[in-house]
Amino acid sequence: MISANLSAIFYLVSGILFILALRGLSSPDTSRQGNYFGIAGMVIAIVVTFLSIGNFSTSLVYVVIFLVIGGAIGAFIAFKIPMTAMPELVAGFHSLVGLAAVFVAIAAFLNPAAFNLGNVGDIKLASLIEMSIGAAVGAITFSGSIIAFLKLRGIMSGAPITFSGQHILNLILGIGIFVLIFYLCKTQSTNIFWTVIIISFLVGVLLIIPIGGADMPVVISMLNSYSGWAAAGIGFTLENTALIITGALVGSSGAILSYIMCKAMNRSFVSVILGGFGAENSTDDKKEKKDQKPVKSGNAEDAAFLMKNASSVIIVPGYGMAVAQAQHALREMVDKLKKNDIKVTYAIHPVAGRMPGHMNVLLAEANVPYDEVFELEDINNDFANSDVAFVIGANDVTNPVAKTDPKSPIFGMPVLDVEKCKSVLFVKRSLSPGYAGIDNELFYKDNTLMLFADAKKMTEDIVKNLD
Amino acid sequence: MEIDPFIFRLSIFILSIFIGYYVVWSVTPSLHTPLMSVTNAISSVIIVGAIIAALAGTSESIFNTSSIFGFIAIILAAINIFGGFLVTQRMLQMYKKKKDKKK
Repeated sequence: MISANLSAIFYLVSGILFILALRGLSSPDTSRQGNYFGIAGMVIAIVVTFLSIGNFSTSLVYVVIFLVIGGAIGAFIAFKIPMTAMPELVAGFHSLVGLAAVFVAIAAFLNPAAFNLGNVGDIKLASLIEMSIGAAVGAITFSGSIIAFLKLRGIMSGAPITFSGQHILNLILGIGIFVLIFYLCKTQSTNIFWTVIIISFLVGVLLIIPIGGADMPVVISMLNSYSGWAAAGIGFTLENTALIITGALVGSSGAILSYIMCKAMNRSFVSVILGGFGAENSTDDKKEKKDQKPVKSGNAEDAAFLMKNASSVIIVPGYGMAVAQAQHALREMVDKLKKNDIKVTYAIHPVAGRMPGHMNVLLAEANVPYDEVFELEDINNDFANSDVAFVIGANDVTNPVAKTDPKSPIFGMPVLDVEKCKSVLFVKRSLSPGYAGIDNELFYKDNTLMLFADAKKMTEDIVKNLD
Repeated sequence: MEIDPFIFRLSIFILSIFIGYYVVWSVTPSLHTPLMSVTNAISSVIIVGAIIAALAGTSESIFNTSSIFGFIAIILAAINIFGGFLVTQRMLQMYKKKKDKKK
């Protein structure tokens, strides 16, 4: 058994290792090392916990067994999961953190003596507040992440679910949680504690159902943030430095990612949370107009010809590429182009895909070197000097309307200046508008050639035609 | 006048938010997905609470209501820890620089 002071110092060490783990992610070179720091921090925290309790009874055997079971499941998932399913996986993991926080809070509430928090019915006031906040935020994270998971997985429609009075209801429930926590502190009633948790589960569901598919990058980041705050809440309850530091890190990390994503869509955080975006934006007159405009469409042969004669090509991937799993075919195409001494780069919009950095991971999976992949602000000026832009599965993020039409719902959103390229190849299954429900002007430009097909099939056909 | 230990923890918390703020802004956008999976893994350090709860059972009743919640939380957090770190590792292995062209 080691002293409380010594274990506190070890917890601090593991907190610092976690900071270094995040710090490593500033560059792919240092990132792998960073991950090892993270693992080391976790091992220290767990070992110190065992040592500080010093209870080596039969319970310990069970703890290890459960640890191994969970670990095996986790490892199995980590190795089996396809990279295209990362957004779902992360949402699923968030839900587990949330639920674990709820369970730890429940355990602490039922047996406060084990945590030095007082006795049943007489828990220290501060601890009670901390654990109920931790439990509430954890519960919201859990049920919210489950909904996000179902939407990303396609089990539940990605369309926003809204009903009248939704926001009022959320507000009432939110206030209700605080009122109940207040009464919980006065009465220490178990029933109120359970009610707080149940209402929080409900709030999590209600909070996420009105948010549509393409806002998922914000939702995932937000839930990431919540899982951090939940951990911090429990950290205060347990008076554990590692947990407090980690919670703060994760909480601010998720908040920053949400901010970056919102900014990339030029939307306020509040409007994303309130949801309903893209539900009723496609007005009828826009749909009518669409049918009248002429569109140039081509086939794989035309596309191959255009690219073969180009000297520089910029590839703009989007969610459609992930859905079609076209990243490997794309990489094959690029290899062929490079053999012909054509300069190829990739341009990635911050909200391309369903989570922050989604496209980067998929390209990395297809062995695309990361120094050929550029962020919006780094590459946007290059479109004017390039011959061909190859848009594969992206739509709204290339729409010039965002720069020209103040009435458009996406006006002001930073977009890739694809239209400045000499010619634009647009791989898309149909002319249907993107998530924002608005028509893309790019389809009707003279220098745009539409390639109507599944992204993967079209890319494979182009590869054949490049020979 | 003695300072409540809570204030010290609050100080750590707030300073950590600042550290998180600056560290995360320096994360390159191409690694945002690994960032999410690794933050997921480290937030599962909540397992320390689960272990404390699970070990609180007496030798007569290893599984009482409180410790059962602890045991379940151990499984949940362990899935996250192993899954989170390993999937992050798997992703990071894929990020490679341009190789010298083999001609």
